[in-house]
Amino acid sequence: MKNWWKILAVVLVLYTIVAGFLAPVPHLAILNETIRNLYFHVTMWFGMMIILCVSLIYSIRFLNKSNMQDDAVAYRAANVGILLGLLGLATGSVWARFTWGAWWVGDTKLNGAAITLLIYLAYIVLRRSIDEEQKRARISAVYNIFAYVMLLVFLMIVPRMTDSLHPGNGGNPGFGGYDLDNKMRMVFYPAIIGWTLLAVWIMSLNVRLHKLKRKIIFNE
Amino acid sequence: MLFKQVKHLFIKEITFELRQKYAINGILLYVVSTIFISYLSFKKILNPSVWNALFWIILLFASVNAITKSFVQETKGRMLYLYTIASPRAVILAKILYNSFLMISLSLACFVFYSLFIGGLVQDITLFLIVLLLGSIGFSSVLTLVSAIASKTNNNFSLMAILSFPIMIPLLMTLIKVSKNAVDGIDWSVSYNYLLVLFLLNVIVFMLSYLLFPYLWKD
Repeated sequence: MKNWWKILAVVLVLYTIVAGFLAPVPHLAILNETIRNLYFHVTMWFGMMIILCVSLIYSIRFLNKSNMQDDAVAYRAANVGILLGLLGLATGSVWARFTWGAWWVGDTKLNGAAITLLIYLAYIVLRRSIDEEQKRARISAVYNIFAYVMLLVFLMIVPRMTDSLHPGNGGNPGFGGYDLDNKMRMVFYPAIIGWTLLAVWIMSLNVRLHKLKRKIIFNE
Repeated sequence: MLFKQVKHLFIKEITFELRQKYAINGILLYVVSTIFISYLSFKKILNPSVWNALFWIILLFASVNAITKSFVQETKGRMLYLYTIASPRAVILAKILYNSFLMISLSLACFVFYSLFIGGLVQDITLFLIVLLLGSIGFSSVLTLVSAIASKTNNNFSLMAILSFPIMIPLLMTLIKVSKNAVDGIDWSVSYNYLLVLFLLNVIVFMLSYLLFPYLWKD
């Protein structure tokens, strides 16, 4: 059973979707049922942070060992990270519509998130504009490390320093503070693991596809 | 050893710049004509936030233009020669140092012309100059590394903007906030926090450039 984690991923994501919509949640003013977004938006961003961290680690490994396999993993991980980031933006936007009254507000955290995605999209553009493989791998690894540090600055440091509407920033209590009761934790933590495993699965499929393509090209 | 190399490389940068004066004159003219266009379209600006924002936007574009050339312009032969005689750390340090020097003079010139044409609204000149100094050093360390990255690619000018603008936004946002305080003459104690962030951002970017450049360098 070497694929147990894939089964676990499916089970956890299914559990997240079913329990996320049906399980009882505390009823709070303004938030009401939108608190369920915690299971999707927040956990997807957690997954994104983890998968981008994987990308960072493989970039550092590439710079140390110059193994092209590491570069392939770093690139695919960043791609899946961008996908999760876009989904996180979309779910957050829906949430903002029903609690703040607008799809998008000019908030530090939101702008930081948008800029982070721009940085990672720039990473892809950078990769596309270098032809030579070794060179592309090395230069994009350097940029990837830079990008991750900027991501930490944007999402972790800057919103905490300035005023922000977003929960958990600018003096606002986060969901962990008082309204994340034990029933919600029962869904929240499995959801993080589920989305992360799903992301790793997508990533590993892409890496295998890449390997096969290379095999075909170099055998012919 | 490193220090000595940095010193020689720094002198080399200045010599090259003075030998082909068109680059520095070009960028000065760029700043002055942008300010003049703003003057023609805005006349005097009395609103401090607009004044401040326009100033930093002009400086942002001027700095991208000024620093892009630092690696893009280096010929292949010259890079190879540098590779054989100097350590990569010395090269990036000298470039950052030189670009900071360039940016500080550029931003001072920009400030003088901008105040002259658009109107001097700054109430706390000392704080504003400190912000200019920190901003120039930050801009130059980000842009030097990005220009090193962009110079390795096929379409380096458009890539320069794509890669550097998102990275520069936290720096720019903090700069605009503190310099707004300086323009309004608000007490320094309000700005300490932001100055600290600016300083830390500079340190982070500087360390990253210093650590990562050796990997970009070898071809």
